[in-house]
Amino acid sequence: MFNRTPIAPLEYTRKLWMRSWVGLTMLFLYAPLILLMIFSFNDSKRNVVWKGFTLKYYEKALNNDSLVEALVNSLTIAALATNVSLVIGALAAVALWRFQFPFKGLVEGTMSLPIIVPEICLGVAFLIFFAKVDWPTDLPWPLNLSAITIAHITFCFPFVAMVVRARLASFNKEEEEAAKDLGATEWQAFRDVLLPHIRPALVAGALLAFTLSLDDFVITFFTSGPDTITFPVKVYSMVRFSVTPEVNAASTILILLTVILTFIALKLQGVKGIAETH
Amino acid sequence: MSGALQDWKSQKKPFAAVVSAPVFWLALFFVAPMAIVWLYSFGQNAGPVDIEISGTLDNYKRATEWLYVSIFLKSFAVAALTTLLCLIIGFPVAMAITFAAPKWRPWLLLGIMLPFWTNLLIRTYALMALMGTNGYMNKGLAGLWEGASWLRTLVGMQPLEAWTPVQLLYNNFAVVLGLVYVHLPFMVLPLYSALDRLDKSLIEASLDLGAGHFKTFMQIVVPLAAPGIVAGVMITLIPALGAYLTPDLMGGTDSQMIANVIERQFKRANDWPFGAALSFLLIYAMFILIAFQSMRANKVKEV
Repeated sequence: MFNRTPIAPLEYTRKLWMRSWVGLTMLFLYAPLILLMIFSFNDSKRNVVWKGFTLKYYEKALNNDSLVEALVNSLTIAALATNVSLVIGALAAVALWRFQFPFKGLVEGTMSLPIIVPEICLGVAFLIFFAKVDWPTDLPWPLNLSAITIAHITFCFPFVAMVVRARLASFNKEEEEAAKDLGATEWQAFRDVLLPHIRPALVAGALLAFTLSLDDFVITFFTSGPDTITFPVKVYSMVRFSVTPEVNAASTILILLTVILTFIALKLQGVKGIAETH
Repeated sequence: MSGALQDWKSQKKPFAAVVSAPVFWLALFFVAPMAIVWLYSFGQNAGPVDIEISGTLDNYKRATEWLYVSIFLKSFAVAALTTLLCLIIGFPVAMAITFAAPKWRPWLLLGIMLPFWTNLLIRTYALMALMGTNGYMNKGLAGLWEGASWLRTLVGMQPLEAWTPVQLLYNNFAVVLGLVYVHLPFMVLPLYSALDRLDKSLIEASLDLGAGHFKTFMQIVVPLAAPGIVAGVMITLIPALGAYLTPDLMGGTDSQMIANVIERQFKRANDWPFGAALSFLLIYAMFILIAFQSMRANKVKEV
């Protein structure tokens, strides 16, 4: 901070106004979240003035069956959607990277559409689609989450494909050919040579898919029924009715979950790896 | 390093193994739903639950009514303002990250990305709590107000009247602020990746040759970072244009954006064909934006 060497022309980051700018931006990004977390421990219903430490809103949130159910639903959907997206996304990436085939441009373009099309339009499309095909809504858990999970896979797997394809660009095809020359089957070459190479991209893609799924409100809002509430949809209805400290407590739990996931990713990839993949 | 592409005919089995699942999924769970929406946009309500696809253009005609055109224009204006603010706030941040010491850089990037991974609804809610009439923004403003009042008494003037909390939420200001809050990381990341690739010796050369920092910035840094600026603008503008949650929770009755109008057709007004037509108009607007961008990208390549 208090480095004595003179500031070099390109050391913009050491200029005071630049530092204040970054500091203020970080304050803007983090102050709301940090205050929300602090006030989740506040012993007051009005939630404005600090009245003392309490855990009672956590107790309330964790005893709120519908909130916990929503959280479990969200995590289940995210886990299912991540796994399927990982498989479909990796296959799509390999197909586009490796083969020349008719209508390739069309397939590639269509695959990037779920990323571009506004969430609201995708949500509406799924609402109409599941109504049109009479998708059963009274299935036992977790099958009743299938409609939401399908919708999530559709917007998650193109992201996985994108990340994996970027990684594939650095793969030396000769390695695979060497493996095949040495007697490996197509499948063995894929499993033992290609798959280890794309593993970091798979980790990054999985993380991306998981957060995207966990985060999604709009598309889920249109595909969820009264029995299939997810965490964001539940929080939305709680916020609509009234702002309660219970929502703060539940939100804090989810924020901490995100931070933990991020740090797991950091451990797996290193902070540089994360920065590069996103 | 990657060699030539293989023709699918030479390896039919592996090709089928990798291509069938993604294509099947896309066709069934993306193209089919979108196609149904598209067909519905040419339909009309034929009963409480039935929709007849009659090929009518009435839904699109209705969308050209001033009420809806103005909402489209307003959504675009709000999205454009959001993008501009994100660019103004984000550019110095991206510069700072680019020129930060190598050991700090990843942590600053992480600092930008962590909110991006945090749930959108929670972030919106956290900002709302801050902006409420009892929230900290109002407290801060009250502090400033009292300070100003005290300064006035110092110079012998009448103190200002007592502070009354202002309604910061439920108006257009709140919507723009909320959208900036949510989309800022989208802008910073592509800007950073463009600036990071920039050859720093060019900046040094410009400074050595006597150009000031501002001139260097405008004539060297901005043109060289143009691809990142365009990418950042697109990646912010497109989701901001289709934003639903922020205007819904933070906006007032006059802050409706196009996504809110679409939602209303499906959840309350129960006019699915009209909602479908509006959805497709929004999608076409996105396509036009993307076409502009790729036209521009091609032009740059030609030069």
